Amino acid sequence: MNRLKFDLWVGFFVAIGFASLLFLALKVGNLSGASVGETYRLDAKFDNIGSLKIRAPVKTAGVVVGRVSDIRLDAANYVAIVSMQVGKQYEFPSDTFATIMTSGLLGEQYVGFEVGGDTEVLKDGDVIKKTQSAVVIEKLISQFMFNKAADSGN
Amino acid sequence: MLERTQTALRWLGKGVNDRIWRLGFASRFFLMTVLHSGTALRRFFLTVREIYFTGTLSLVIIMVSGLFVGMVLGLQGYDTLQRYGSSEALGVLVALSLVRELGPVVAALLFASRAGSAITAEIGLMKATEQLSAMEMMAVNPIARVVAPRFWAGVISMPLLAALFSAMGVFGGYLVGVKLIGVDEGSFWSQMQAAVDFREDIVNGVIKSFVFGVIVSWIAVFEGYDAEPTAEGVSGATTRTVVTSSLAILAADFILTALMFRGA
Amino acid sequence: MPQLSPPELLVELTDVNFAYDRRPILTGFSMRIPRGKVVAIMGISGGGKTTTLRLIGGQLKASSGRVRVNGLDVASLDSDELYGLRRRMGMLFQFGALFTDMSVYENVAFQMREHTELPDDMIHDLVMMKLEAVGLRGVADLMPSELSGGMARRVALARAIALDPMLMMYDEPFAGLDPISLSIIGDLIRNLNDALGASSIIVTHDVQESLKIVDYVYFVSEGKIVAEGTADDIRNSDAPYVHQFVWGEADGPVAFHYPSRAYGEDIHAVAGHA
Repeated sequence: MNRLKFDLWVGFFVAIGFASLLFLALKVGNLSGASVGETYRLDAKFDNIGSLKIRAPVKTAGVVVGRVSDIRLDAANYVAIVSMQVGKQYEFPSDTFATIMTSGLLGEQYVGFEVGGDTEVLKDGDVIKKTQSAVVIEKLISQFMFNKAADSGN
Repeated sequence: MLERTQTALRWLGKGVNDRIWRLGFASRFFLMTVLHSGTALRRFFLTVREIYFTGTLSLVIIMVSGLFVGMVLGLQGYDTLQRYGSSEALGVLVALSLVRELGPVVAALLFASRAGSAITAEIGLMKATEQLSAMEMMAVNPIARVVAPRFWAGVISMPLLAALFSAMGVFGGYLVGVKLIGVDEGSFWSQMQAAVDFREDIVNGVIKSFVFGVIVSWIAVFEGYDAEPTAEGVSGATTRTVVTSSLAILAADFILTALMFRGA
Repeated sequence: MPQLSPPELLVELTDVNFAYDRRPILTGFSMRIPRGKVVAIMGISGGGKTTTLRLIGGQLKASSGRVRVNGLDVASLDSDELYGLRRRMGMLFQFGALFTDMSVYENVAFQMREHTELPDDMIHDLVMMKLEAVGLRGVADLMPSELSGGMARRVALARAIALDPMLMMYDEPFAGLDPISLSIIGDLIRNLNDALGASSIIVTHDVQESLKIVDYVYFVSEGKIVAEGTADDIRNSDAPYVHQFVWGEADGPVAFHYPSRAYGEDIHAVAGHA
C-alpha cells in the first residue's frame, strides 16, 4: 500500500473521530445551549437549598434562562448564597421571586423565577431579595403528622 | 514447617521483587519512548501509517459494538425508567452512561484486544526475527523508529475511537428508544442536552480515553519489546498485553472517576 | 596504556572476557582482523561466536578486555559515536532479518532514507545497483515473505552493503541453504569484500564452504581460541579439535555426552526415589 492511500484512510478515520466529538459536543452536550453567549450574575439567599447543585438550570415559565454557577454559605447569617449566570437577553424586574423547585416528584431541583411587576430591572451582581427555600419533604411530613396529632387531641 | 514458611516467603519476596523491577524497567522504557519521539513526530508519516493499523482498522469493531451497546442501553434503560414514569429521561441515561463510562472504557477494552495485541505481536515478532537487532546494527534506534510511532498512533487513535463509540451508542439508543419504542423525540434530545455538560461530562470522557490510550499503548509496546524472542514468548506477551491493559483500564477508570465526578 | 593497534588491523580483540549472568561465554579471547581480508570464526554452536560479533558491533559490552574497531575502543563510545561507527559496518543476520512490513526495495533503501538526504531518484539508482550486485533486481517490488530463504539472504546482503561499509559481519550465512544458494552466497561474500575494499568476518560452522573463500580462520571452543591459521593450515591441521571439526567426527575432544554424573549414579538415584 502506498503513502497516499494511508493518508487517505487515516484522514477518513480522523474526520469520523472529530465528527463524533462534534456530535457529542453539540447534539448530546450543552455546548450549543445556555452555556454559550453573554451572561450576567444574579445572587439569591436561601434558608435551605435542599439538594440544589451547581449547574442546575434557572427557569422562567419552564424555559431555561441560566444556570447556577456557585453555591456557598454566608457564615455570618447561616444562609446559602446561590449565584446564577443568566443570559444577557433576559431582563427581570427587581421584585422577581426566586424559588427552589423540583421537576417531578423525584426529579432534579432547579431555581424558578416568578416575575414581578417592577419597572426597574435586575443588573449584574444584584441580589434577589424575595426567595423561597426548597421544600424539604421530611419537614412537610412531620408538620402533617403534628397537625393530625393536634387535631385528634381535640 | 519453618522451612516451608521460609520457602513461601522467599517465593513471595521474589515475586514482589521481580514485579517491582519490571515496573521500573517499564517506566524507564516509557521515558525512553517519549524522549525518542522526535522521529515519530518529525517524520509524521511513520505515525500516520501506524494510525491506519491501530485506528482505521478498528473503526468497524468500534462502530458495531457502540451501536449495539447503545441499543441495549435503550432497551434496558426504558424498561427501568418507565416503572417510575420517567421514560423521557432515556436520552439522559443513555448519553451519560456512554459519555462518562462505557464509551471510554469499552472502547479502550476493545482497543486493547484489537490493536494492542497486534502491536505487541508485531514488535515481538520483529524482535524474534532479529529485525530490531538488525535495525540497531544499521545505526537506527528501534525505539525511535518502531516503538514511538506505534505508541503515538495509539495515543492519538484512542480518544477518537472512544468518541465514535459514544456517538454510535447514542445513535443506537435513539434508534431503539425513539424509533422502536416511541419515546418522544423532542424530550429525548432536550433532556439529554440539559443533563450532559460539555466540560464536566464530555471533556472528562475525552480525558479518560486519552489516559487509557497512553496506558494501553504503553503496555502494548513494552510487552512487545520485552517479549522473549521465541514463538511462545510472543504469544505469552500478547496475552499479557490484553490482560494487563484490561485490568489497568478498569483500575485507572476507578481512580479517574473518583477524581472527576466526586460530589458533583 | 597498551600499545595502539597497528593501522593495518581493522578489528582487534585483546584478552576479552564476557559472561551472560554468571555463565562465562568468552574467556581471555584475543583476535585480530586485518583490513581487506575475509576471516572466519568457526566452532560448535553455543561456543561464543555470535557473541563476538555483538561485541564488535557494540550491542554487548565485554566485562573486561578491549575491543577496537578502526582504532576506536567500542566499549568507551557514547551512543552517537557508536551509531556513527555502525553506519560503517554491515551485518548479515542468520535468517536475513529483513523488515517484513516493507518491500525488498524499501528494505535496501532503508539506511539511505534514514541516514542520508539523498533525493528519491538517486536512492532508486543506488538500490538498483545494490540489488544488481546480488542478482536480484527483479524482486524489488516483492515483499520479504514472497522470497525463498536463499533470496532473502541475498536481499539482506544487498541491504547490508547499502552504505558501502568498511566491515561486513556475517552470522551463519550458510545455515539452512541448498547447495546452489550456498555457493552463490559464498562467492558473493568474497567478491563483495574485494569490490568494496572492505573486511569481512564470517561466523559459521560450515567448514567446507567457508574454507573455499576465507583468508584466515579462528577456531573457537568454549570461549577460547583453540586454533588459528590459513585455510590450508586448517585443512592439514592435526590438532585433535580441528580435525574432529573439519572431518565431522561424532566423538573426540568435543564429547558426545553433556557433562553429567556417572551413568550408574543417575540410574541409582532415580531408583532410590521410586
